[in-house]
Amino acid sequence: MSNKKTIATIDGNEAAAYVAYRVNEVCAIYPITPSSTMAELADEWAAKGTKNIWGSVPDIMEMQSEAGAAGTVHGALQTGSLTTTFTASQGLMLMLPNMYKIAGELTATVFHVAARSLAAQGLSIFGDHQDVMAARTTGFAMLSSVSVQEAHDFALIAQVASLKARIPVIHFFDGFRTSHEVNKLELLSDDQIKSMVTDDLVIAHRNRGLNPEKPFIRGTAQNPDIYFQGRETVNTFYNNMPGIVEEVMNDFEKMTGRKYELFQYSGAADAERIIIIMGSGGETVDETVQALNAAGEKTGVLQVRLYRPFSLEHFIKAIPASVKSIAILDRTKESGAAGEPMYQDVLASLVDALQQGKIKQLPKLIGGRYGLSSKEFTPAMVKAVFDELKKDKPKNSFTIGINDDVTFTSLQYDPNYTLDESEWRQGLFFGLGADGTVGANKNTIKIIGENTDLFAQGYFVYDSKKSGARTVSHLRFGPKPIRAPYLISKADFIACHQFNFIEKVEMLEFAKDGATFLINSPYDKSEVWGKLTGQVQKMIIDKKIKVYIIDATTVARDTGMNGRINTIMQTCYFALSGVLPREDAIKQIKKAIEKTYFKKGQKVIDQNFKAVDATLANLYEVEYPKTVSAAVHELLTVSKKAPEFVQEVTSVMMAGHGDELPVSKMPIDGTYPSGTTQWEKRNVSDLVPLWEPDTCIQCGNCAYVCPHSVIRAKFFHEKYLEKAPEGFQSAPINSRGFPETKYSLQVYLEDCTGCNLCVEVCPATSLTDNTRKAINLTEKEPILEKGKANIEYFENIPWNDRSKIDFSTVHGAQFLEPLFEFSGACAGCGETPYLKLLSQLFGERLLVANATGCSSIYGGNLPTTPWTVNAEGRGPAWSNSLFEDNAEFGLGMRITADQQLHAAKQYLLGLKDELGEAVVTDILDAKQTLESELAVQHLRVQKLKEQLKTMTSSPAQHLLSVADQLVRRSVWLVGGDGWAYDIGYGGLDHALASGRNVNILVLDTEVYSNTGGQSSKSTPTAATAKFAAGGKAGGKKDLAMQAISYGNVYVARVAFGANPQQTLLAMREAEAYDGPSLILAYSHCIAHGYDLKDGLSQQNNAVASGHWPLLRYNPVLRKKNQNPFVLDSPRPTMALRDYAYNELRYKVLTMTNPTVAEDLMKHAQDLVNLKWKNYEELATKKASDFVPIA
Amino acid sequence: MKLQTNYMGLQLDSPIVVSACTLSEKTDNIVMMEDNGAGAVVLFSLFEEQIKKEEALFKGVMNTTTNVFAEATDYFTGLDDFNVGSDEYLENIRRAKERVKIPVIGSLNGITSEGWIDYSRMMEQAGADGIEVNIFFIPGDVNMNSSHVEHRYLNIIESIKQTVKIPVAVKLNPYFSAMGNMAVRMEKAGADALVMFNRFYQPDFNINDLTIKTDLQYSEPNEIRLPLLWTALLYGKVNLSLAATTGVQSAVEVIKYILAGSDVVMTASSLYKNGIAYLKTMNKELQGWMYTMGFDDLKAFRGNMSQQHIADPTAYERANYIKILEGVKV
Repeated sequence: MSNKKTIATIDGNEAAAYVAYRVNEVCAIYPITPSSTMAELADEWAAKGTKNIWGSVPDIMEMQSEAGAAGTVHGALQTGSLTTTFTASQGLMLMLPNMYKIAGELTATVFHVAARSLAAQGLSIFGDHQDVMAARTTGFAMLSSVSVQEAHDFALIAQVASLKARIPVIHFFDGFRTSHEVNKLELLSDDQIKSMVTDDLVIAHRNRGLNPEKPFIRGTAQNPDIYFQGRETVNTFYNNMPGIVEEVMNDFEKMTGRKYELFQYSGAADAERIIIIMGSGGETVDETVQALNAAGEKTGVLQVRLYRPFSLEHFIKAIPASVKSIAILDRTKESGAAGEPMYQDVLASLVDALQQGKIKQLPKLIGGRYGLSSKEFTPAMVKAVFDELKKDKPKNSFTIGINDDVTFTSLQYDPNYTLDESEWRQGLFFGLGADGTVGANKNTIKIIGENTDLFAQGYFVYDSKKSGARTVSHLRFGPKPIRAPYLISKADFIACHQFNFIEKVEMLEFAKDGATFLINSPYDKSEVWGKLTGQVQKMIIDKKIKVYIIDATTVARDTGMNGRINTIMQTCYFALSGVLPREDAIKQIKKAIEKTYFKKGQKVIDQNFKAVDATLANLYEVEYPKTVSAAVHELLTVSKKAPEFVQEVTSVMMAGHGDELPVSKMPIDGTYPSGTTQWEKRNVSDLVPLWEPDTCIQCGNCAYVCPHSVIRAKFFHEKYLEKAPEGFQSAPINSRGFPETKYSLQVYLEDCTGCNLCVEVCPATSLTDNTRKAINLTEKEPILEKGKANIEYFENIPWNDRSKIDFSTVHGAQFLEPLFEFSGACAGCGETPYLKLLSQLFGERLLVANATGCSSIYGGNLPTTPWTVNAEGRGPAWSNSLFEDNAEFGLGMRITADQQLHAAKQYLLGLKDELGEAVVTDILDAKQTLESELAVQHLRVQKLKEQLKTMTSSPAQHLLSVADQLVRRSVWLVGGDGWAYDIGYGGLDHALASGRNVNILVLDTEVYSNTGGQSSKSTPTAATAKFAAGGKAGGKKDLAMQAISYGNVYVARVAFGANPQQTLLAMREAEAYDGPSLILAYSHCIAHGYDLKDGLSQQNNAVASGHWPLLRYNPVLRKKNQNPFVLDSPRPTMALRDYAYNELRYKVLTMTNPTVAEDLMKHAQDLVNLKWKNYEELATKKASDFVPIA
Repeated sequence: MKLQTNYMGLQLDSPIVVSACTLSEKTDNIVMMEDNGAGAVVLFSLFEEQIKKEEALFKGVMNTTTNVFAEATDYFTGLDDFNVGSDEYLENIRRAKERVKIPVIGSLNGITSEGWIDYSRMMEQAGADGIEVNIFFIPGDVNMNSSHVEHRYLNIIESIKQTVKIPVAVKLNPYFSAMGNMAVRMEKAGADALVMFNRFYQPDFNINDLTIKTDLQYSEPNEIRLPLLWTALLYGKVNLSLAATTGVQSAVEVIKYILAGSDVVMTASSLYKNGIAYLKTMNKELQGWMYTMGFDDLKAFRGNMSQQHIADPTAYERANYIKILEGVKV
């Protein structure tokens, strides 16, 4: 066995997956944040042929859900394979039923979990222990690792212990904090791994598998006579498990020198106060204990490694006899319980120990909650808990890290308390998601971590938007392992990678005195001081900060770096940070460049060297005066016109101070006001569309395709122009019969993402300058101020009367108010135009059930949300339940609507005498198809409600509570293909089969977009995706044909970029159809790998190549004895490859495996041809060839 | 009948060479070309701007999809090692060289001086037997004089010749003030062959939507006259291989060009129209004609109709023009 240590700087997910992959034969996987990376890596390694320790490539199987993954794991285990899976949060919840089975059958396996919050009052992707705690009753052992190194080590310890003890194990670590933290660690060699996973263990596991050669039955149904006894048979195994884990840990220590214990105590031998904790927070407590003890206190920390089975014997042994008070910190919440789970375990254990005489007296015990959803947990908070323990009557069931001003559970803490951080060099980097800041910092950690003796840690914080997202990178370097799983609060080095952050983002509040501040500045060293805000100047002066500037954008351009500033800024960090001596640092960065670009040739290496040298030549220190010269102005906040909640709560979150909001400010049940994105004004893009009225043909295409509802149109009487601000643009409306009527197109400049789709779709070119269209991108800054005044004026012009608009055309639809606006979706998103259209067409009576995914994130991620209301206060009512259950969730909404409508009708009839017959019959007999009919019904119901308010009878009050249902509800079930084709398919199928009037809109990007582009059953043949890295060989599921087979389902396949009119028609037909409907909407996506400004032409190509034939199946036609199957696109006019190879998802395979790419492309073309042939046949059949409608 | 010829130092079994076209994007097609008697294959052109565009697109995609959201820190993993475009092209050369014995000539269409140098070096490293430098340049800048234009060509040739050891052919257009003198200067700059001529895909207008039409038209036999003229004029006057490349639809044009003095004749349009197997037909027809005429090999008739070998050399100059004009008098 080689003794040579291999050092790596990787994140916790990779650290765990590295071992898990090597010690398993089967991985059944499904993506879920923050665990997806583990599964992705396993798939990637398998695609590259990486072998496990037995020399075979594990079989990686993506399933349709975590429930499916657990079932596959169970089956593979029962037939003797070494099998694993990776998951988190709701994914683990879906695995619970199988976990009971696996444990009950004493089956060895390890589930690796990046522990995450559960969706309760809201979804959270971030880390805590709610998921694993919910699985603690399954019979799985639970092993907690607290750092990247431990995630690696425990993956092996868990595997070996599980095989030895026959108890399955949940190996978990904190989501994001550990799963995504990059840290330096020592890798286990394959020899080391193999020496622990011995052959006898593996063979014994295999021999327990089902085998027809020696058959038995497992999984029987048992009766009251023996089930109970059967449950008790496993006790010995659980009793033995702690000893086995301890033994494995001891073996591991002998092999690696790294010592682990079931309950790891650290601190004073005569400690009086201790904290018991599990997960990464234990590191923080440990470091704080050392500091407190150095200051003379007697504290300690007991870190729980093996939480299940909870070994009383080991637990009691680990606690110093001197302890007088204990705080048990749980990173979970169990509402209504006597205490959180670990608190109860400790309490029960100590009482038991007391009763058995193992301890003499019961210490004072308090339990507390901390760190839910990755809430920061800092040394200051640890100190507050220890201080609480000093009190005679410390608070039980406390919280730490928040301000609970309602039930007063929270402990106060001094945020200024920090540990001695003098050994560390700490850097904070503020950048944009797309500017490469995070990537460069990950690279920096690798360079320093793997080439010097220094230890490194990196953690990266992203905001919740998909366009213009800000990132903050937290980097620490030091001479000893860095055990600080919390954000940097006092940095030696702060870098501002985007100059406009100076006005928007608080950065220097995190600076230490004498820190270095590096700014990517378009201004030179003599100008830049004058461009800083008063606050920033004051902070610089007060903290004696050294200021450096670099015009990274110019240097990047001049050195041929394609405008990428990341290498430039990274070089500055190496030169200025002092982590390494400057000369040495530059040498290291050049060495790294050589290594990175070795394959790309000397030219690329030289180009990067040139960029490094040019960076150093253009890096200047800024001399500054001792007085503040600029005005102090507030950081940008929301408009004073915003509602109270937005002023008091939303704006605080928007400013990045959500942590400071007390419990009393939070809605109690997760209910938030609609329409808050309008107050955010993110100013993401420097380029915005400018309308040229003289060239415009008023077609409405630009407003239709705009993914962020930034372009809006109204027509109005010309009198409105009398008071219009100067520069307000309009043109005579080009429809006949509207004299004195003007048309205006307004661009919401501050909400635009600069995607360019509006320009691409514009059909009108200037006759005098054919480089100009009727809408063109231009610099925002020069037109912004006037633009704001124009927007304000435009907003005061009333929206056009819906009942007077013919919105059966794209031209007409532009005049409908969008009730979905300014979402955080990607620039150029291919999904949001459908949602916007949905909101325009049916918004004021729309109920949306939204599956988890991209659309629930840009649709419902705080701080601001895009579904909004109209002037009457009506608008889409939106909710997200889960990923897997959305169809059922939406069906429930429909059932309510139907049930309450029925009740309302009954009450109406019952109250006929009081209300008057005409009122009742008018409402009951009302047609509600046309917009004008709906408007009248709205008025009738309004009037009815007024009348009912004056009535006191019980039926009247009941009717008042359900009267709104008398206006026809439009129920839409919205989600992506991951939901519709995979995890939610069973429910979707059931909703379709139910015959109820639900409308299903599938925003089909052909991959799991939100979690990083994993393959779904919608992923087309020949495309690559995560989990299909070698190219998808199977065909794409034809969900349309499956739905059509029911006969009574309205089905449409649409692509707004190819045929917007057909999309509009399909949506209206679907909604009008009194039965289930399904719309499959082609949605271009960043996961396809091309510039999304070409999204519309690529949609067109998808249709023209036959990849995405447009169709409608309308059961109403069948009822009229007509062919219900209508093909809306012409016969393919281009080869599939001419469409596909515009996209990286297809092209990748031509680079990685050209032969397979060619074969799959041919196969894909054959499938397209066949599908088209079948569709053509259907389109020419008789009505009687289709399922009749009952 | 022997069809062997020498093209810039490369020994070919036939003077019929496949010119740069998309047919050579597939290695199987190149094998078929060899099987049907192609003397050599000039691979489809590597366009520098296209590669740059693809690289920029690739980088753009990676920038917008990597480390942008907490839930999806990347979409396309493990792709950092790829040089989009050029890698694919070089891989084509490598694959072709593994499967055919005929010379494989890389075709390079650059725009920057680094581009010309870097990609020609890479082509040589990938195993190309020669490089055809396709200089497609329209001097639309009215401030650029003819000397600038000429130096641009010469500089490109010099820099490539300093970079690679394999032979270099220059595919050029005929619109020089002194085409003959340019040929001589290109020879001095190091060119090993001239490929005459590059077809400019001249634009047309769509008058309905006021856009420029960029449709591609195949060359027709009646287009051979200009290259035929210059081949005949230059034959014997420059120490360069001469290749003709326009309007070749059958063996007739091949014969004409060789009579004018071409060492090789290139075609693509005929293969698009008739299939790759048509190479065999052309070779057969060439041999048939040689048999009829009593020529044993190409040397026997190469240049026989060139300016220096015909009885009345003025036929290629002004006098011929006058004669033609006289001939059309009605």
